[in-house]
Parts: sequence; C-alpha cells; structure tokens
Amino acid sequence: MTDSGEKTTDSGDDSALVDVQAVVAGYGNGPVLDGVSLSVDRGEFVGLVGPNGAGKTTLLGTINGVVAPDGGRVVVDGASVGDLSSKAASRRVATVPQDTTVAFDFRVEDVVEMGRTPHRSRFGGDPDAREAVARALDRTDTARFRARSVGSLSGGERQRVVLARALAQETPVLVLDEPTASLDVNHQVRTLELVRETTREGKAALAAIHDLDLAARFCDRLAVLADGELRAIGPPEDVLTGERVAAVFDTPAAVVPSPVTGAPTVTPLADPPPDSALDHAVHVAGTGTAAARTIATLVSAGATVTVGVVPTGGLAASVASEHGIDPVEASPFAPVDAATEAAARDRLTAADVAVLAGPLPASLRALVRDHDAVVRVTDGKTNQRELGDAVGAEPGDAGGAEPGNPVGADTGNAVGSGAETSDEFQPDAVATPSTVVEPVRRVAKAPVTADD
Amino acid sequence: MGTGTGTGTGAGTDAGTGAGTEADADAPTESGAERQSTRSTNRRSATARAVAWSTGLGAVLVAVVLASATIGPVSLSIPAVAKASLNAVALPTGVTLTGASVGLGSATASVPVPDLTYTYLFAFPVDGTAETIVRSVRLPRIALGVVVGFALASAGTVMQGFFRNPMADPSIVGVSSGAAVGAVATIALSLSVPFGIQGAAFAGALVTAFAVYLVATENGRTPVATLLLAGVAVQTFLGAVVSYLLLQAGESIEQALYWLMGRLHTATWSDVEVTLPVAVVCLVVLLAYTRDLNVLLLGEADAHTLGIEVERTKRVLLAVSSVATAAAVAVAGVIGFVGLVVPHMLRLVVGPDHRVLLPTSAIAGSAFLVAADTLARAGPAELPVGIVTAAVGAPFFLYLLVTREVHSL
Repeated sequence: MTDSGEKTTDSGDDSALVDVQAVVAGYGNGPVLDGVSLSVDRGEFVGLVGPNGAGKTTLLGTINGVVAPDGGRVVVDGASVGDLSSKAASRRVATVPQDTTVAFDFRVEDVVEMGRTPHRSRFGGDPDAREAVARALDRTDTARFRARSVGSLSGGERQRVVLARALAQETPVLVLDEPTASLDVNHQVRTLELVRETTREGKAALAAIHDLDLAARFCDRLAVLADGELRAIGPPEDVLTGERVAAVFDTPAAVVPSPVTGAPTVTPLADPPPDSALDHAVHVAGTGTAAARTIATLVSAGATVTVGVVPTGGLAASVASEHGIDPVEASPFAPVDAATEAAARDRLTAADVAVLAGPLPASLRALVRDHDAVVRVTDGKTNQRELGDAVGAEPGDAGGAEPGNPVGADTGNAVGSGAETSDEFQPDAVATPSTVVEPVRRVAKAPVTADD
Repeated sequence: MGTGTGTGTGAGTDAGTGAGTEADADAPTESGAERQSTRSTNRRSATARAVAWSTGLGAVLVAVVLASATIGPVSLSIPAVAKASLNAVALPTGVTLTGASVGLGSATASVPVPDLTYTYLFAFPVDGTAETIVRSVRLPRIALGVVVGFALASAGTVMQGFFRNPMADPSIVGVSSGAAVGAVATIALSLSVPFGIQGAAFAGALVTAFAVYLVATENGRTPVATLLLAGVAVQTFLGAVVSYLLLQAGESIEQALYWLMGRLHTATWSDVEVTLPVAVVCLVVLLAYTRDLNVLLLGEADAHTLGIEVERTKRVLLAVSSVATAAAVAVAGVIGFVGLVVPHMLRLVVGPDHRVLLPTSAIAGSAFLVAADTLARAGPAELPVGIVTAAVGAPFFLYLLVTREVHSL
C-alpha cells in the first residue's frame, strides 16, 4: 500500500479504474483481440462472456500485464499497464487464474501470503502482511484451514484460497478468469457473491464467465466478446437477447427472465438438422412450460410460428416475444374477449398445423380443435392420465379424452395462470423435437388420413 | 502508507472485515482460540523453521566433520580432532596483493592476486603429529567437501524450483559438461592456461551456461522448456567432445578420468579459500530470492501477476546457481547426485518452501558429501567421491520414491 498516495492522485472520481483502449493483441498468427475497448468503473462488476477462443483470457492478460498489446493501450488506475513494472502492475491488478491447482504442498497461509509479494521489499519485508493475510482468510472463510496444505483441499476450497491470495494483494482491480469453471453450484454462487461484495466496497472486477446465467445474475454489466471483437456491453438484460446469443455462440437460444432471480436465463436449443427444416406455418396455443418449450422447439426446427392465446406476462408469451413472434395475449384469469379470440382465429386459419400445448380454457380448446390438423402437447404433470397418448396426432377432433384440467382454468373462459406458475417448475414437461416436431410434420403431410 | 488514502480500498476492506467479524459472532471464542493455537504451533514463521532446521542440520554437519577427521590410516580421538580443528579456525584479518605469474602459451604476465592473512582464534595444546594430520591432510579435504556439497546442493535446489522439474540438477544447463571440456582439454592437450585446470574448468562451465542461455533466449524471454532442451543438446555435444579429447589424452588419460569422476583428494587450503567465498556469496544472493522462487513455482504467468519480474529473476537465479556450480565443479570435478538427491530428500522433510528448503539443503549437502568422501577414502583403495555419491545416492533416492509419495517435484 506504499504507493496508494500516487494511486489516489491519478484516479479522478469519475474516471474508470480499468480503461481498455482499442487493444489489439495476439500470439503471432493474427490478432486474438482486434480493437477492443471497454472500461470498468470503481464499484462495478463486469462479466466477460463469449465462446471459447473469443479472446477473453487474452483480454484479461492485457489488463494484468501478462500479455503485451500490439496496439492500443490499457490504463489501470491512471497508469498505462505497459509502462508499469510487474510489481507496480500487481499492486493495481490482482488475478485469479483459470487453473488454481498449486502443484506444491505449500500451506494455505503461505499461498495467501504470496499475494503480498508486490508489497514486499526484498530486504525490508512487508509490515502489513500479517493483517492483510488474516483479513483475506477471514473474508473468504478459509481461516480455519490456514495451516493445512493446499494439496489437501477440495477444488472449491482451493479456489477460495486463490481468491484470498488475490484479496491479500489489496488492489483496486480484480481480474478473474473462469473463477467458477470447476466449482459446484454452491461454490459458484458463493464465489461470485464474494466478488460482487468486494466491488460494493470499491474494487472494480472483471471476470470471464462461461455460465451466462450466473454472469447475468451477478454482474452489473456484461461484455460480449466474439472473434476478438466486443459485440455488446451493457446491463445483462439488454445484452443477453436470443438473437445475440444465437449469433455469438452459433446456437439458437431462448432467453427468459428467471422466475427466481429475475435475471435473464439462457437456454441453448439444438440446431435444426439442415435437411429437415420444418417449413410449415404452425400455430401454438396453450400455457405454461409446455407451450413455451413447444414454441422454442418449433422455432428452432425452422417452422413459421404464430402464438395465441397465451397469458400475458407468462412464460409462453415471453418465449414467443424472445423469438420475434407477436403473441395473441389475454390477461390471466380474465375472460377472453371477442377481439382476442378473432385475432387468434385469424392466425389459426393461416397455419398449416395447430398445436395445443398445456391446459387451455374450453372455449379456446374448441377453437383450436376446429383446425383440421391438430397436435396436442401436454406436460407430464397436469395430465397424468393422458400420458399414454400425451403427444398425439389428433386430426380434427378424435373425440379423445377431454383433458380433465385439474387446475381449474377450464371453469371460466379464462386463460389459466395458476397452472402456469407450477408448470414453470415442472422439469420434465413433454415437449422435445421428437414429441413436437415429428407429429407436426406427420400431421401436416396427411391431415385427413392420420386418423385412420 | 501516504496520507489521504483512506478512501478507496482501505476503507472498503475495513468495512468488510467488520461485517465478517459480526457474521462470525456466534462462534468467536472458538475461532479465536483456534487461531491462537495455530499461531503458536503451525504459525511458526518460515524464518523460525529455517533457523531450527539449519541449527539441527548444522550440528549433524559438525558431527560428520569430526567423525570424518578421526578416520584414516592413523586413528585419532575425537577430542584431539576437535582441538586441532578449532586451532585451524581462522578469520581473514588482512589482505595484501601479490603478483602471481600467469602464463598463456609463451607469454607470461603478472596478475595481482589477493593474499589473505589470517588470525587464528584458538591455540589448544595438541599432539604435533595429530595436529599436522588433521590440519594439513584431512581438514582441507573435509573443508572442500563441505564447500562443494554446500554449493552443489543449493544450486540443485534452485534449479529444481526454477525448472519445476524433479530431474533438474545443478549442471542442467551444461555447467558440468563445459567444465569437463575445459579441464580435460587442459589435461589431454597439456595446455598452459591461467589458473591451470581449475581456471579452465571454471571458464568452460560459465561459457557453456551462457551459450545455452543465449540459444534458449528469444526476444528477451527464456522459456524454461527451451532452456532445458538446449541444455540437454549442448551436454550431449560436449560429451562427444570430452570423449574425443580422452582419445587424444595418451598418458594423461588417468588424470582426466579421475577429474571426470569427481574427487576431493587433491584438496588444498587454497582451493577452499577460493571456493568458499564464491559459494557463500551465491547462497546469500539465492537466499534473498527464496520468496521469488516460491512464487515462481506457481507458474510464470501467475508469478508475473504477483509482482515478480519473471525474466529478470530467472536470469539472476540461473547466473548465480551456475557460478556456484562452476566453482564447485572446477575444484572437485563432476560430482553427481549431490545436487539432485539432497534437495529432494530435504523437500520431503521440510516441504517446498524455499525459505526453509534452501539453507537446509545447503547444509545437508555439505554433510552428505563429507560423509560420502569419508567412505571413499576409508576403504583399502581410495575411490573418487563421485562414484560413492552416485552409488549411495541413487539407491536412497529410489527408496524414497518407493516408500514415500513424491509429489510432482
């Protein structure tokens, strides 16, 4: 901390702690980073997401000084990293590396104390070391195994020790490369929570994170890096859209707010096989997980999808919007008015196939059944007794078992939403490519004969 | 800590610690007591552990030295040996420069060489014959064994940490091979060089190490893997050169072979006078870098983010341990296994922390080499000590490998 005086003079209150300016960097065969600019402010936790090979680790390397940029510059706390000695750079930026295995049986405390290296003079020592180490150990909840050897710890504990080492460095900037990659769910959340806390106390943190859901949940802003370029930066809900995820990660994905945390959650969908794109117009009516998954599955299979009627604000509606579909919506628990019903009927008429997914009020169900090619998709929970033919081709009305809707949405002319909530937590709803796409394809081919 | 720095991280961390302490409030006594106990037992600082271990090993070394000095064609009692040895303890108290005539080919030049005057600290009454045997015959050899073992073991410790490779030894960058070429060339071709065989060996060692370093360095970076491979290649090449020189050696081949096997029987006090300061200075420099060595064990990228100037540190470590090795090899020939086995044994005992490992390895190396040399000269026919160190060291190393879990280094 001996240089902290210089630190405070350099950093104005509004200037970013980390300022990456048009950085170009690479390892000889073409640039890995091609003109990336971003900044991280004091008190901010920025997540770096992007596919493998996007340049995330390289970008972090230019900030902690391991990688020398070929062009542009990185300013950390008022000084260009390229001009700093390794010691001065390490007083500004602490790094939690991707690989935290420590091959040698150092004691936990010794490993954490290595974080004090940049503050130590070769012969004068470091008077603050003991306190800083104790603080870092307490902070990361690793004090109880301070005397144990690192080799005897589990992966999660070791990760916390390395984080403690970075905290003992007492830098204004924290850089983390995949800090959660090898951790179980519990430790992933605890690690990121801790990083977020430290930013609330004034640090700036930049972390490469593979798990988009975790990144969206804990980071203040996300930076999307792909092919060495910054594709987007901003609050998670602005940055993570289905389209962008699809473009960057090269896989179709559905992005919906988590019912628990409200942060965007990303569900990658399988690519449609190139030769079997479903080129039919399909109308989906229904509620809950069954409808949401049906919509996502049909879209990724290549069908032109229309949606309605679905409850406003429900999962089905948000998945539909996510895929650029304008759904016909109705307020949950309210009667469906004539205009809404007409809009739904228009879309139905235009469709080659109608799909009934999940529970629906009787009037709407009847509306859908009027279509001459209907596929019904349920989820396993609400219609147990239909499981045998849960996904059945029902050209016209097969007169099959009326879905004995136990949720009670049937009672009024309303789109249920009580069922909706419970459906969202239903993990094994029956809507997969084989149970949706194949029946749709079959029914579309032979709407009349399918019943024979 | 400058004034007006309480804003940023400092204040934040304080707040954080406060919160943490509050959260721990339900078990404060337990964690406090636990911390107290770890402080007093395991929390013993690395320095304290280094001093404790070094003192213990130092006592072992003294015992080995005294025991060694009693062994020989004339058996002496331990008290007599102890007194005679103490009588030999001297401090340099003055330096005068004397001209030494140095010849290269036909040209000779006078080179100033420092000549130390010593003050002896003790004057115990000891039987004259015993004193002569101890001070003039046995002690120079033992003292050289101490110095050479010390230098080789500390250089080996540093090289193993530096290369993060268990098979690294002090001569991995070609120091021993270079010294061998210098010495064997001088012997076989009857060259006249300044400072004789030892000078040639020392120069050969350093030139080789530097050449290997240059080959492995590109754009100011020296990857250890490249350094290691360059060292192996150069060692192989120089091995061929030594073989060729041996073919040309004729009458002097026995002297050359003895040199190659490593031996201490030609030891004189002047060898000790030259080698000891070099070894001590090297160890002091290396001791100042033990923390850096620890951090380097985490990998070079990590070390860089922890504030180590990686390339500069590597250069210093490489240069200093090469000089230590060269100094040892120049006076004693190629003595294998001390620099390989001793650091390994000590790592198993004291752990990987170089703050403890380096000084203890150095002392243990001394004791090991003196013991091995005592064995070498105790038999009916005197053996080169290099044969004994390898013959004793290799099985012991295998024993350690089989009976104890040896971690990646």
